[in-house]
Parts: sequence; structure tokens; C-alpha cells
Amino acid sequence: MSAREEVLGRIRTALGETRAPVPDVVRDYRSGHPTTGPALLDLLVDRVEDYRATVLRCSPAEIGATVAAALDQALGTGWAAGDVVVAPGLAQGWRPAGCDVDDDRPAVQLADRAASVTAVAVAIAETGTLVLDGSPACGRRALSLLPDCLVCVVTADQVVGSVPEGLARLDPLRPLTMVSGPSATSDIELQRVEGVHGPRTLMVVLVQPPRVGG
Amino acid sequence: MTATVPPKAPTFLGLPTAPRGVGHLRGDQSFPDAARGALRDGQLRANLGHATSTIRGKRARVVAEVPDWEQLRAAGKALKAATMARLDEHLEELERQVTARGGVVHWARDANEANEIVTRLVLATGAPEVVKVKSMATQEIGLNEALEAAGLDVFETDLAELIVQLGEDKPSHILVPAIHKNRAEIREIFARTIPGVDPGLTDDPRRLAMAARQHLRERFLRARVAVSGANFGVAETGTLTVVESEGNGRMCLTLPETLITVMGIEKVVPTWRDLEVFLQLLPRSSTGERMNPYTSTWAGVTPGDGPQEFHLVLLDNGRTAVLADEVGREALHCIRCSACLNVCPVYERAGGHSYGSVYPGPIGAILSPQLTGVEDNASLPYASSLCGACFEVCPVAIDIPSILVHLRAEHVEAQQKPTAEGVAFKALARAMSHPRLWHLAQRAAGLGRLLSRGRPTLPNVLPPPVSGWTRSRDLPTPPRKTFVEQWTEEHGR
Repeated sequence: MSAREEVLGRIRTALGETRAPVPDVVRDYRSGHPTTGPALLDLLVDRVEDYRATVLRCSPAEIGATVAAALDQALGTGWAAGDVVVAPGLAQGWRPAGCDVDDDRPAVQLADRAASVTAVAVAIAETGTLVLDGSPACGRRALSLLPDCLVCVVTADQVVGSVPEGLARLDPLRPLTMVSGPSATSDIELQRVEGVHGPRTLMVVLVQPPRVGG
Repeated sequence: MTATVPPKAPTFLGLPTAPRGVGHLRGDQSFPDAARGALRDGQLRANLGHATSTIRGKRARVVAEVPDWEQLRAAGKALKAATMARLDEHLEELERQVTARGGVVHWARDANEANEIVTRLVLATGAPEVVKVKSMATQEIGLNEALEAAGLDVFETDLAELIVQLGEDKPSHILVPAIHKNRAEIREIFARTIPGVDPGLTDDPRRLAMAARQHLRERFLRARVAVSGANFGVAETGTLTVVESEGNGRMCLTLPETLITVMGIEKVVPTWRDLEVFLQLLPRSSTGERMNPYTSTWAGVTPGDGPQEFHLVLLDNGRTAVLADEVGREALHCIRCSACLNVCPVYERAGGHSYGSVYPGPIGAILSPQLTGVEDNASLPYASSLCGACFEVCPVAIDIPSILVHLRAEHVEAQQKPTAEGVAFKALARAMSHPRLWHLAQRAAGLGRLLSRGRPTLPNVLPPPVSGWTRSRDLPTPPRKTFVEQWTEEHGR
């Protein structure tokens, strides 16, 4: 008998011939979040900053300049365009002029770059989580991993309140990376230290909708 | 009255437990013997006390801010119970989905078979070394030893696992395997074992983390094969999940050409939506964060992104024997958060090594004896004061105290010879149902005062089998008069 047949057979033996009915799963937990509008963005900012990431807010017209400002803050103003690699599907207007665009190169070569810029698929306010889904705007997984600084552009329509709302928007067949702050460890005396193997610096550019009637 | 029991401890319905001679589910000593040494180690107790009180505080804060925590717990418990009730169907679906997306699924009856499969897969790639993501399942089966025996170099990449590996130590905690080491001890290990480490390395946790980053960076970039565990495997989509903090997991899951994931069969969840419960419960219970820094999910192979060869090894190793016990099977619901370790007064004092298994603490005390058969970890069901703190914090509401009692009963039943405890309780039952005997017994107990020489507790001079009790417990000196004597004196007859 194959191991597969044997393990499945053992499970059937363990559960018995007349199986008990499957117990009901009551989902009476919150599926959404009471916070909406500008307060939802404030919640996201509060939670992301709590992980010691930096958030820069801007209007839709200022995205490119704010990405550059985020890079100034993370790398110092002397950075060269070639130090920065962006996701291939990142909107043209969001890219620093002359930056490197990720292509089919071996992933490990991305380790030479100082920073990467990507979009996100969803942002979850309550937990301060950004989710990248491997789409052209988010880039492949190595892009948001190897450069030491990650800049993520989040638009207001991508922000949801709760974990259930966030997962409902995602495609589980894509390779997903949920990012909550810079890489960190609590392995030494359970004290949190930011920055281990993943990016040590996380910058978030949060694009707010234009003010109505402003 | 005693039922006839087979000489070998029973395996439920004849289902095999985890084999002996491989892996890390059994200690060399019984729990009380191992704990005695740990209790004498003041440094260990100080390290554990500091670390567990820190994490308890963090967990309590982030759990308190979730208004529907109890509903999430109940849903988590129900989801796990529902999954176990049709475990075979969910695993078959997981296999179909992973296969449909370019992965290869392997089944392993036990640790030996899993080790053989993984070793064969690694050797087939021709790679001389393996990078590893921290994984309880691979610790359980002793995979590193098997790979090393095949001539492969194995690099643990989680910081705490690295500390344990470099220190030639054993893990003592599910989440933070090096919790028993403080920063000064870790600095000493790094200074001694990492080639080319900065001689001026201090014990600042940030500096230590940077030393680990530097040490592992090149290994990540050249790695061709990685081995991981999995926190969850989603049956309906074939999506695997690894929850982590440092980014070492992402390195291993993303950069190598080949990824081999070893997953216990109980880690399957039926639907993608189910993760909305577990991804809320796990980080807050585990590291005391609203969300852990990185969660990676993948379904099979994605062209142009990550490993192009993916193997999933589904591991039994005694789990089906646990499943067969209708009371004990709840131990399979565990999501490995380690909250129960951090609140356990016994764990805090005895430390993880005393449990002898890679699964220490309250959850280990119910999981290890069931995986191995209770006779191979007979002392673990007693390694608890039954205070119930573990049940209170468990994110999937596993009733650990009840399972401990259930396993104690199973252990007692499996004894062929009457135990001292059994004899004592029989004598007690007889005395308590005969007033004259009871009266005499109480008078006799008063003689114990002679031994105490005025101290509030009796010295440890009682003969066996009573010494088995008093070795680890203080027995109060009996009062001068029994309650009945005193009542009679004061109130007359």
C-alpha cells in the first residue's frame, strides 16, 4: 500500500465508520470595521507608524514627488536614480526619473539596489498591513525583499478596515506577501528589533482623495 | 476490578504512533528529573521569567483591543473541529489543488519516511546545502540530522534557531527556541562560532541581529534549495502559508530554485476564508503583535516569481493516532502560537528542555505523549498544576487541563502493577468509609509532629513510597489535635 493510501486509511479508521456530523462554524465575529473615510486612513497611519515605518501623505497629483521625498528621507538626498528599482507595472508618474525597472534578471541581482518602489493590492488599516500580490504594479516577491528600503504607494481606495475585508479582496492563487512594518525579530529576550533579513526601512506613500469642495 | 490491559501501551484502534529512534519527541529523562536540574539554574530561571513576563504583557494588550476576540476563538475552535471531522477529504482536495498548480505532493507515514523523501529530493538537485525556515515539523522529525547524515550542510535561518544551531543546543520554546539564552550568552555564542564576526560585537540585540543578517546574507543569495514548514495549507486553493517576522522565511520561499515544505496533516484548513480567523488569532497570541511583519502565501509554482520546483510533504508521524482519541484529538487544533507556554507557571520555572520534546509547555504535555504513545512520555501529563491559564489564553480554546487529566487516566489504566498512589487512595477510601478507622488514622497522623521538631513542614525523611510525594512538595506538619477532637473539647458531645 502506498503511503498516501495508508495515511488516508488511518484517518478513516480514526474517524470511524459512522462519522459524526461536521460541527457548525459560527462566524459571528466582525467581518468589517466601523471606521470609514478619513478616520480609516488615520487608523492605517497610526498602525503602520506603530511598527516604526514612515508614512508620507499626499494628493494624487503629488505621488511622484512624494516617492522622491520618501527616498530622500530613507537614502539621503544624494541617491542616484540607478540605486532605485521599481516594479515593472508601476505607474509612470510615480517613478523617479531614470530609475531602474525590474525585468527578467536573476532575482539575486536585486540585492545590489538600495531601494525598491512598488504599489500594493490591499492595505488593512486595523493591523497596519500592506499586501503585495505579485501583479506587475507590485512586482515579483524578490523585488520587495532584497533592497534594504521598500517604498510602497497606497491609494485610499485600497484601504480596508479589517483582516476579513482584506483577504476577501485578494486572489489566493497569486503569491502574496503581507507586510506589517519593516522586518523585525523578537528572538533576543523577546525584545523587538526592527530590521533583520528583509528591508530595514519601510516607507509608505499614502495617496488621499482630493478634498471634496476644497 | 482492574481491567486487563495489553503489555504494550495501547495505540488507539491500532494506529501507529511516532517511531522511536528518530526525531525529537522523547527526552532522555522524565520531566521531574529534568526539571530538577533546570530549577537549580538561576540564570535560566531569570532569563525565562524576564522573557515570558514581557510577552505576556504584550499579548494581553493586543488581545484586549479586539472586541470580538471570544467570537474569533470560538470560530477558530469550530473550524479546527470541522476540519478534523473530514480530514481525509480536505487533504485530498489540498493535494489536487497543489498538483494542479505545478506542485508535487508526497505522503509520509512517519519521521523516517519524511526524512527519506526530503533527503532524496535535495540530493536530486545536486545542491550541497539547504537553507531552512524555522519549522516545528522538521524539528520533530529530526530532519537536520538526516540531511547532515547524507553529507548536506543545513543552515537554520531564523535568528533563534541559528542561536540554537550555533550553540549546539536544543530548542526550548515553540516560537523563540533560544528563549533560555540571554543577550550576553548569545553574544558569546556568536563571537565563538561565526567566522569573521566583528570582535567588538556587543550584546545589544540590534547588533546581534545585524551579525546574523551578515552571516546569512550570502547563504540566502546562493541557496538553491530551501526547506520550510507551513502554518496553514488551504485545501480549496492549494495555498500554503508561512507566518514569520525576520524575512528569513521570505528569502527561503522566494530565492531558491527548489522549495520543499513539510507540513503536518493537521495544518490543512478547508477554505481561504478560514485564514481571516487564524491570521487574527495567531500573531496576537504569538508575538503579541497586531500582525507579524511578514506572511507569505503561495499556490504551487508561479512562473517568473519564486521557486520553479515545489514539493509538499504531508506528514502523519502519530497524528492519526491522536485523531483516533475523541478527547485527545483537540491537541491537533494547535496553531503553534506558544501563548500557553508563556503563561504556564510550570514552564516558566522548569524551562522547555525539561519536557524532552520539541513541543514543550502545556501543549507539549498533551501533544507529545499522544504522538509517541503515553508510555514513552509518561511523566508529561503530570507536568502541570492544572491551573487552567493555558486554556484561557489558547486562541483556539483547546481544553488542555481536561486532556491532561484524560491522559493521566489513560496512563494509570495502562499500568499493570498497582501504583503507590493507587494503593494509598484505596486505603484512604476504606478509612473514610469507616469512622473508627478514620479516627485512628488521624491520631496516627498526629505522630508526624514528632518528625517536624516544631517546623511548619515535615522534613523530607519519609520512606518510599511517600517520599515520591514529598520530594517535590512540602507536607505541612499535622496539627496537634484533629478538628473533631477540638470540636469535642470546645462544644462537648
